[in-house]
Amino acid sequence: MQRIGVFVCWCGTNIAGTVDVSKVSEALKNEPGVVYSTDYQYMCSQAGQDLIKNAVKEHNLTGIVVCSCSPRMHENTFRKTASAAGLNPYMVEIANIREQCSWVHKDIEVGTEKAIILGRAAIAKLHLNAPLTAGESPVTKRALVIGGGIAGIQTALDIAEAGFPVDIVEKQPTIGGKMAQLDKTFPTLDCAACILTPKMVEAGSHEKINIYAYSQVEEVNGFVGNFEVKIRKKARFVKEDLCTGCGICTEKCPQKKVPNEFNLGMDNRSAIYIPFAQAVPKIATIDPNACAKLKTGKCGLCERVCTAKAIDYTQQDQIITEKYGAIVVATGFNPISMDKFDEFAYNQSKDVVTSLEYERIMNAAGPTAGKLLRPSDGKHPHKIVFIQCVGSRCENCAEKGKEYCSKICCMYTAKHAMLTRDKYPDTDVTVFYIDVRTPGKAFDEFYRRAVEDYGVNYVKGMVGKVIPDGDKLIVRGSSLLDNKQLTIEADMVVLAAAIEPDKTARSLATMLTASMDTNDFFTEAHPKLRPVESPTAGVFLSGTCQGPKDIPETVSQAGAAAAKVIGLLAKDKLTGNPCVAEPNQLMCNGCSSCERVCPYGAITYEDKEYRMPDRTTQMRRVASVNPAVCQGCGACTVACPSGAMDLKGFTNKQIMAEVDAICK
Amino acid sequence: MQKITRESLIQKGVELLENGTVDRILGWGKGEFGYDITPTVFYDKESFSKNFEFSSFCGANFSKYLLKETRKGGKILVFIKPCDSYSFNQLLTEHRFDKDKVYVVGISCEGMADVNKIKQKYGEIASVKEDENGITISTLYDGDKTILLDEVLLERCKVCKGKECVYFDEFIGEVKENNPQDRFEKVSALEKMSADERFAFWQNELSRCIRCNACRDVCPACTCEKCVFDNPNSGVENKAISDSFEEKMFHIIRAFHVAGRCTDCGECSRVCPQGIPLHLLNRKFIKDINGFYGEYQAGKEIGSRAPLVNYKKDDLEPSEAVKREEE
Repeated sequence: MQRIGVFVCWCGTNIAGTVDVSKVSEALKNEPGVVYSTDYQYMCSQAGQDLIKNAVKEHNLTGIVVCSCSPRMHENTFRKTASAAGLNPYMVEIANIREQCSWVHKDIEVGTEKAIILGRAAIAKLHLNAPLTAGESPVTKRALVIGGGIAGIQTALDIAEAGFPVDIVEKQPTIGGKMAQLDKTFPTLDCAACILTPKMVEAGSHEKINIYAYSQVEEVNGFVGNFEVKIRKKARFVKEDLCTGCGICTEKCPQKKVPNEFNLGMDNRSAIYIPFAQAVPKIATIDPNACAKLKTGKCGLCERVCTAKAIDYTQQDQIITEKYGAIVVATGFNPISMDKFDEFAYNQSKDVVTSLEYERIMNAAGPTAGKLLRPSDGKHPHKIVFIQCVGSRCENCAEKGKEYCSKICCMYTAKHAMLTRDKYPDTDVTVFYIDVRTPGKAFDEFYRRAVEDYGVNYVKGMVGKVIPDGDKLIVRGSSLLDNKQLTIEADMVVLAAAIEPDKTARSLATMLTASMDTNDFFTEAHPKLRPVESPTAGVFLSGTCQGPKDIPETVSQAGAAAAKVIGLLAKDKLTGNPCVAEPNQLMCNGCSSCERVCPYGAITYEDKEYRMPDRTTQMRRVASVNPAVCQGCGACTVACPSGAMDLKGFTNKQIMAEVDAICK
Repeated sequence: MQKITRESLIQKGVELLENGTVDRILGWGKGEFGYDITPTVFYDKESFSKNFEFSSFCGANFSKYLLKETRKGGKILVFIKPCDSYSFNQLLTEHRFDKDKVYVVGISCEGMADVNKIKQKYGEIASVKEDENGITISTLYDGDKTILLDEVLLERCKVCKGKECVYFDEFIGEVKENNPQDRFEKVSALEKMSADERFAFWQNELSRCIRCNACRDVCPACTCEKCVFDNPNSGVENKAISDSFEEKMFHIIRAFHVAGRCTDCGECSRVCPQGIPLHLLNRKFIKDINGFYGEYQAGKEIGSRAPLVNYKKDDLEPSEAVKREEE
């Protein structure tokens, strides 16, 4: 029989407000095996922990139940306390009487009754607890950063500067991401390329950084400290070690009618291409969907002009397998598709553009070489209407847009409006907005400057319809402050499209077993206290893959993620989780159900000889679990039809005992 | 293509025994009354020729018997009907026996009779005889009656999943087209009931359960080394006869355990001495799995990954499943 101590925490008034803690402590005194029960104001405080330690010694306790907050908060604290008092840390059970009890009940009677029941369940489980010892696993001192935008670059640089090798996997032929497509950055209006490209070059030349551009993650196995990742390096049909990036091939290539992704399809590139002048790595890539040689076998011009002999039409995708201790997700964002926003005539008129397209139009390296010209006829527009929140804050149009605020649009629209007025004072600029949100250092001043110094016309209200009419765009909107309907004959309309996580993020989350919210943003382990860690150990988050962010925020989060990775890689060994699955091989049928549901690949099968009751020997196929790989998720215990698989620390019997105690 | 008769099967069995392909035969053995046919292992051609039977009462699915039989030496001949072959494949998928220890003769099937249906209609019967005119039964009090097989088909034959064997070493007979009824008709009717009506339906059906375990023992998906209901360490072993509620739980737990692995062979309902339509529980699971994850027939292919133990990126979210269920 166990000797159990029960410790009921008040959590100030958090628990004591709706749970009669002394009544709970009294009631649990009568449970079988309980030899000591008490309550205290803050059990997690030093005094509270001392109280536990003293009680363990004084009453010779074999296990403790702490009725307090969620085990996610303080289970670790109390395990350490138990350990300090000489108990096995796994002889601690937490009854969550805060999040699952006091916080959800208003009535003290109900709350108290439920707290007693939860305490009783924890006691019933503790009776079946056994001391567990955690194993140790080594740490591979190498990090993987998925995504080579500003977030990925910054994280990789910070990790590399601390002395650990980093690989960046980027699906485009160059790193740089969205920031490389931007013209100027708010609120300082410095040129995006001027501040980004030095970082790209630094990442490209850093001895600790290895860039897998034009590559993607195919498979992730393993666990924190010991990930094994398969990376598909797509065939560029150009030998990376030989290509000098001279660009002769791109000039000579006869196929020059391929829409240029970097300029969002507003101009064309050749079939063999380098995305932009400052690309890192600066290596040409052949687009297999456009190249005549690859499609029909006829051409081969680039091979003839290449002095470095770098062209290789037979190149195949390569699969690289590499081990990592930590993985950082920095997959970034994309503007949402405007296909469903017919009211703004995006698909009907070339002169309705998204903000990112406008960014390219304004950029010196863009399709118009930085001159503000209409995409339809190349004329200078004299009246531009900006529409904010296109697809953002869409409460009633979830099928079209997003419910959330995309956060960056107010600022970049102010930037566009200001730059337009600055360069082309003859252009009239109107901005339609729901609210202008400018919380950030020097942000509001920036917006005020746009209105007050540059004379941008801000109209509170939304646009109902944009109608193409000859070479004009009729914009019908409302001004809520004047309570008036407005009709503006514009030359160009710019849509501040909402941003969404990159489409590849969802499948990546599955590979990483990292969780996502309903909008496909990666969720953080704790929204306030662990904002750059994913709930999956060893997986960290950097940049907009976690939520909409501007560049300064992205860079600070990137640094924070790097700090967490460095902290992990600095360790030589990680203590594992002893709560792992364990099969009873005598009962195992060898049916493979557990192997199929295991997300970590921790289960394998072996053939073992068994003596049968009739004294014959029989070879049987039975499951075995690699405890270093098992994360204790318990999926196998549920899938096992014969109940042979069990999870240490959460055995079927323990769970049943809890259920029985609750139903008593 | 030949029509399957008792004689043709005996001829095939004797041939395989004599040429040494197999050393024993798992087949249907004669009973006392002609309809009580029993799965039997025959070790020599004399007893096989004498006691082997093949008639419309040979519903028994042999797949599960192979678990024990393949643990012995030698090679065994087994006759497998098209629907039985699904169970056979499913057991191979679960690595439950070595297929090299079995020689499978797949046989075509025209449907099997449900003796319980006959008894329900005509009372106890003394013997049955079969010829081209139909099945002639000798009732205890009412003389001889001749009935057609179609009138008394087993539930599973009415919804026959196909006349083709999905596994065999050798196939005899002919494959015919068939027009099965919708097997989910009754399940849909149950779904349309209110919760109270449905509870009353199952309460009524399951109250007759005597926990003889026949359904479990015959079920080709129930092949655990040790059943949780027999295992004193499982914590549920006493959930057997203590009260009627737990009796219901037995069947529901069993349906959960075989979910995704049940081939809908219908043996559970065929052997139930109390006539409980247990297959409806399994069919509800099959219907849901098909609805949520796309059509899946357990045992159709060896090694296929059942939706419940296979994660796909486009699987629907559990919350979505709940919503659809509510609609």
